[in-house]
Amino acid sequence: MDFLATIGRVFLAFLSHVGRLSAFTGTALSHVVRPPFYPRLTLRAMVEIGYYSLPVVGLTAVFTGMVLALQSYSGFSRFAAEGAVATVVVLSVTRELAPVLAGLMVAGRIGASMAAEIGTMRVTEQIDALTTLSTNPFKYLVAPRLLAGLLMVPCLVLVADIIGVFGGYIVGVYKLGFNPSSYLARTWEYLEPLDVISGLTKAAVFGFVISLMGCYNGYYSRGGAQGVGAATTNSVVSAAIMILIFNYVITALYFGK
Amino acid sequence: MTAPAKIVLSDVHKSFGKKVVLDGIDLSIQKGESVVVIGGSGTGKSVMLKSVLGILRPERGSIKVDGEEVIGMRSKDRDRMMLKFGMLFQGSALFDSLRVWENVAFGLIQGRGMNRIQAKDIAIEKLAAVGLAESAGDLFPAELSGGMQKRVALARAIATSPEIIFFDEPTTGLDPIMADVINDLIVKCTKELGATTLSITHDMASARKIADRIAMLYKGRLIWVGPAKDIDHSGNEFVDQFIHGRAEGPIKMELRA
Ligand SMILES: Nc1ncnc2c1ncn2[C@@H]1O[C@H](COP(=O)(O)OP(=O)(O)OP(=O)(O)O)[C@@H](O)[C@H]1O
Ligand SMILES: [Mg+2]
Repeated sequence: MDFLATIGRVFLAFLSHVGRLSAFTGTALSHVVRPPFYPRLTLRAMVEIGYYSLPVVGLTAVFTGMVLALQSYSGFSRFAAEGAVATVVVLSVTRELAPVLAGLMVAGRIGASMAAEIGTMRVTEQIDALTTLSTNPFKYLVAPRLLAGLLMVPCLVLVADIIGVFGGYIVGVYKLGFNPSSYLARTWEYLEPLDVISGLTKAAVFGFVISLMGCYNGYYSRGGAQGVGAATTNSVVSAAIMILIFNYVITALYFGK
Repeated sequence: MTAPAKIVLSDVHKSFGKKVVLDGIDLSIQKGESVVVIGGSGTGKSVMLKSVLGILRPERGSIKVDGEEVIGMRSKDRDRMMLKFGMLFQGSALFDSLRVWENVAFGLIQGRGMNRIQAKDIAIEKLAAVGLAESAGDLFPAELSGGMQKRVALARAIATSPEIIFFDEPTTGLDPIMADVINDLIVKCTKELGATTLSITHDMASARKIADRIAMLYKGRLIWVGPAKDIDHSGNEFVDQFIHGRAEGPIKMELRA
């Protein structure tokens, strides 16, 4: 009996979380589209997400592209298909690896800092102070971050696409001895707009999810430093899980027959 | 009939889980009146203020400001209602990402759409009123002492010259001279600017100076409400014990030896 009660309790807690998150998302979205807007804050969040994440995303992308070239070369040489390396690199990077890895890196960097910042504002009553100053915290804190995540992660992923392919090119040409122009030609040959577009769609969704989880966990944090710490962890873990789930869903929508 | 009261609380109940904090509060505050709430630590004074501000939602009862019910108010209406209010939080709740003057000017810039240059002038004027130099305006809250932060929070609360101002322990943490300066400032807000104020304090000298009426909160109820001049002969043993700060009396501290 106890066992059933526990399952029931966990299930109810889960449902209440889902309900609260849905309500939070709905409210946040309604504030994204209704004035007043905060262009300065949105711009600041965009710089924080887009510009300051460039090094870490670029580094991730270049090494991913390089490793991909090495791995696919050694794997594909088993059935004499080394010529496919350039194609494999560009398709894997644009469709999967750039959005997912950039998403995960940004979740660690941005999701955590949003949750910590908003969480600290919550536990030190700064969010309550906002409302007493006639400023809606959803508009002032959440909406700019959601918008920035939605817009900037695709930009980051586009950069990661280019850097990733470049990483593959470096290894392909300087280590594996491909002819530079034929490597590039191979890269372009089978690349279709949809490969890049699907990756950017993922990026937009991931960016939104990262900001959403950061803001949501921060907004509902409670109980001082420990609570803020928990909110930070939760925001990263939940964003990472949702990235992986949405990655599958979007892939299935685009390419699943 | 007298004029309708500015703020009316009737039968307000608020609990956290099983813990009952407010157990039927009735209080009405006239326009231009200064009411001080006294009571032991943890009796729910701050909770009472936050209930009026809509930060906490009471389970039962009604709170009317200018005849408008605030419990369950929509966020848009609340933002509008909050234009009438100024609030000094017990823990200051300054925005730590903004400079001191931006904190003070926040309600002017965000709440009322004033331009920054004009708002800065007013902010510096208000800082001077709480005894802070212009140079302090360019610091960040973390660079100030606790008492200075309190004064900045006070300046922020009065910056928009609101109709209703709540002060949660305005003089706690200040030296006796500065405390008296702040008392004078609060008196000035009511007497000269005609604001309606509700303050919380543990400092009886301050209470006597700023209050028209004093209310004492004990065990979730207001056990005594009367003119400030009657506080010394209230005929209420709880009040007598409190204002003389005696350990012996009907109020038992919940200590375990
Ligand atoms: N968010 C909350 N969650 C749970 N309990 C709370 C919360 N806020 C306040 N309480 C409880 O309500 C009671 C009253 O708190 P409140 O802050 O109003 O006290 P106070 O009268 O302002 O005391 P002090 O003079 O020390 O500031 C306390 O016992 C506190 O534990
Ligand atoms: Mg308090």
